Amino acid sequence: MSSLASLRVAKAPYLLTLPALLLFAGVVIAPLVMTVLLSFHDWGQYKGIEPVFVLKNWHEVFTDSYFLEMFWRTFRVAFFVTLLTALFGAPEAYILNRMKSPWRGLFLLVVLGPLLLSVVARTLGWALLFGGNSGLVNKALMSMGLASAPVPFMFTETGVIVALAHVLMPYMVLAVWAALQRLDPQVENAAVALGAGPFTVLRRIVLPQVMPGILSGAIIVFALAASAFATPAIIGGRRLKVASTLAYDEFLNTLNWPLGAAVAVLLLVALVAIVVGSSRLVERRYAQVFG
Amino acid sequence: MSRNGPLALAYHALFVTFMLAPILVVCFVAFTPEGYLSFPTDRWSLRWFYAIGRYPEFIAAFWRSLWLGALSSAIAVALSVPAALAIARYRFRGREAMTALFMSPLMIPHVVLGVAFLRFFTQIGLGGTFTGLVLSHIVIVLPFALRLTLASAVGMDRAIEHAAISLGASDATVLRRITLPLVLPGLVSGWALAFINSFDEVTMTVFIAAPGTETLPVRMFLYIQDNIDPLVTSVSACVIAITVLALVALDRAYGLERLLVGRSGDGR
Repeated sequence: MSSLASLRVAKAPYLLTLPALLLFAGVVIAPLVMTVLLSFHDWGQYKGIEPVFVLKNWHEVFTDSYFLEMFWRTFRVAFFVTLLTALFGAPEAYILNRMKSPWRGLFLLVVLGPLLLSVVARTLGWALLFGGNSGLVNKALMSMGLASAPVPFMFTETGVIVALAHVLMPYMVLAVWAALQRLDPQVENAAVALGAGPFTVLRRIVLPQVMPGILSGAIIVFALAASAFATPAIIGGRRLKVASTLAYDEFLNTLNWPLGAAVAVLLLVALVAIVVGSSRLVERRYAQVFG
Repeated sequence: MSRNGPLALAYHALFVTFMLAPILVVCFVAFTPEGYLSFPTDRWSLRWFYAIGRYPEFIAAFWRSLWLGALSSAIAVALSVPAALAIARYRFRGREAMTALFMSPLMIPHVVLGVAFLRFFTQIGLGGTFTGLVLSHIVIVLPFALRLTLASAVGMDRAIEHAAISLGASDATVLRRITLPLVLPGLVSGWALAFINSFDEVTMTVFIAAPGTETLPVRMFLYIQDNIDPLVTSVSACVIAITVLALVALDRAYGLERLLVGRSGDGR
């Protein structure tokens, strides 16, 4: 090959990716760097943003009990949402996977389709279902004898958790579904042939094999729940703040951008640490099994 | 494979009810004849659908969302196709890092992107503009466009291209007559998935949209923050109807499972 031709081959991938790369350098990396810098700037009610280097915002975020409580609430909500989706989504994926042809496709569409429906519209649906003491959910709970008095859902963490579990459920079903597709049904049949009951098959054969799917679904759901905005803003109301709604408040109401930037950057760093850390853990745990 | 027992089917029925309840409630309440939120019992009415016509903000926001989604998805696909071909065909330094960078908008919380874009666009004089919205939406939908174009670029049979070259086709002809038609399904479904994601995006857009550049989800969100009345349910019902139609079309054309799960369904 002539040197000119090999040069062309060496350059080609860079030329092909260049437009996208330029866009991402300009519109993703630069804004993120600017936001990190912004979190170190000073701010005052009358002087606005001052481009100096101070640790004031970070000091406030780490020492003020208000922020501590808010971040604690954010991750508590995300934890329970993850737990709910895993507990209810994984069995549903398993049931879907055992269905026969027309039903399987139809219900997969019904369960996964909401993923692509407007989050605002779905949250509005929960606001209508929860709505006050006469809400449908409370009527159903009381008629079934599950609650003796109306459970407050609007403007409470319980309400935010239920609505977010609904919004993020498809991600969990999707992850477990993907894991189930890799499962060899012959192993299940072998266990049955060897005399295992249905419960034993589920516990000893199916569950260990779909566990990576549940865990990767849990990581996605946790990350999305901890950074969710529209659902906590509508169901939680103005008082029940989580990290993203607090950042929104600082940016668009209080106008203290540096403090809002510190909250956002801390959320990003905490989430990346949790997601990367738990992904490593999952990979290491299951590399031994599947490697 | 063994079948689902009655207990499993009962669980499934409850689960489907849970998934559909909030969506159906919105659609039901939209048909109320009353001036307040209520379930239509004996009478149905379209009054709240007609009422949308008296709120030009919703109509304008709808068209803006449509244009924004179409334009940013088209540009995202145009950037994805060459990038996907490079990633699928060449082993080059920085390949993994670049792929991770292009996929990063899926990992970075949208609220963080919203904050970052608000600061960035205000600094460079694009604050609250449609151009700013398009730039930011290209970034957030590019991972979806790239994932699907990449899947079809990886699955492509290179022998067809080699045959065309050996028959004397020029580079441009191969690209136009062979390569592009072969990635077309990935390109179209990538555009569609990108469009849906842009059309629904609210968390990031709420930071950078100003009055006059609000998208439909942002307009709906801000409206709900003030008060919830039947008008916003009828707007939501319209959005749900449009998305469901698009979803069914997409499912027929490409298969929703393949679209969402990725390559695992390719072999069917």
